[in-house]
Amino acid sequence: MHANFPPDDTGTRSTPISADDWTAIELSLRIAAVATLACLPVATAFAYLLARCRFPGKAVLDAVLHLPLVLPPVVTGYVLLLTFGRKGPIGAWLFETFGITLSFRWTGAALACAVMGFPLMLRAIRLSFESVDQRLETAAGTLGANRYWTFLLVTLPLALPGLLAGAILCFAKALGEFGATITFVSNIPGETQTISSAIYSYTQVPGGDAAAIRLMLFSTAIALAAMLLSELLNRHLQRRIAVFER
Amino acid sequence: MIEFDASLQRNGFVLDASFSAGPGITALFGPSGSGKSTVLGLIGGLMRPSRGRITAGGTVLVDVEKGIFVPRHKRRIGLVFQDALLFPHMTVQQNLKFGRWFAPLKARRAASDAIIEVMGIGHLMQRRPPGLSGGEQQRVALARALLAGPELLLLDEPLSSLDTPRQNEIMALIERTRDEFAIPILYVTHALPEVERLASHVVELSSGRAVWSGTPSGLRSRLRAENR
Repeated sequence: MHANFPPDDTGTRSTPISADDWTAIELSLRIAAVATLACLPVATAFAYLLARCRFPGKAVLDAVLHLPLVLPPVVTGYVLLLTFGRKGPIGAWLFETFGITLSFRWTGAALACAVMGFPLMLRAIRLSFESVDQRLETAAGTLGANRYWTFLLVTLPLALPGLLAGAILCFAKALGEFGATITFVSNIPGETQTISSAIYSYTQVPGGDAAAIRLMLFSTAIALAAMLLSELLNRHLQRRIAVFER
Repeated sequence: MIEFDASLQRNGFVLDASFSAGPGITALFGPSGSGKSTVLGLIGGLMRPSRGRITAGGTVLVDVEKGIFVPRHKRRIGLVFQDALLFPHMTVQQNLKFGRWFAPLKARRAASDAIIEVMGIGHLMQRRPPGLSGGEQQRVALARALLAGPELLLLDEPLSSLDTPRQNEIMALIERTRDEFAIPILYVTHALPEVERLASHVVELSSGRAVWSGTPSGLRSRLRAENR
């Protein structure tokens, strides 16, 4: 499993980022992007439910949805392995019905990252739904829009900065996710080895520091770029969605 | 014609009112906390009464005993609030189109152009609501409500956040709306001058009950008699 480690160029300062490192970076970005996109509709639906609806068991649902935030990541990863692994109830069903395997695959890493990023995304989107003036939704209703049109044309566009913030948080969390990912899908170069697990592997071998630091700088650059991009997008949205001055 | 007979308990406040209102402008008059806005909310479908029946133009909107409750988006009742409540992420034109879009074809009585001209907002079309003055916002809100082709217009203290010149301007527009688009209007206010200028009929509310109804001049003499 760890056959490629340490890579040949470990510790040589002159070499730039190795091919394996590029693979890890590309995988990390792909996993984080897929996790974020998969999370968005689900988190939006639950956020709307929690922000606008009253139903019995709401507090319990809220707590359950936030579990990945407070559980040790290893526990979350282990739960995923037990349920989505080949022998787990959902994992076995997925394999038998669709031939889909998640454990020890990059798709499984995306699932783990999505689960870990979900509560962060949910919170951001819920806050933005709660900050949308409900009287605007009422006004839409008196103009003849049913609740679905009202959601699509009024609530969702006004909550867009929150959706963006949630997506950025989830993406950032997914990029840095380690515990749940390594427990569920292990650390397989080229399949499930992300930047985080590659750095971990480098720190486990003698002379791996230089390579680890290179990856570390690279991941810092990605994180900074993501934050700057989100800030720019957010400013653009804020200009479009100015709040009432009165 | 509106027939209102309903009650509602809410946060310690009890509304239990019964009145009727005909064509033209009917003022719902009373101090704050008398239940005026609650009445509008019940007619507009923003709240459910615990008892009673509300009809408008022969259509039953609510009948608690028979389990009838028409949702607000199907009532065809325009509502203009104190705050214009324009959609801040849309231009004025998009706000107006929003109202038009959901109106059934046969309900689009007045032409868009006529409404926009009466309200004098043609030059604002590409602007966004946060950049408009209070009076401009309220004119757009009136136009938006009219474009949705309502059979009844509810105005909830539409002048209260405007200065006096703007108030006169909007009152003139409400008069034109009444005369040119022939829509019955229910007008909530606590200001006697507004009642006298606009209304043909007054329903006075106090502590959640309709205590008096008559003409604006009748209201004036009644208030004078009370103060004596």
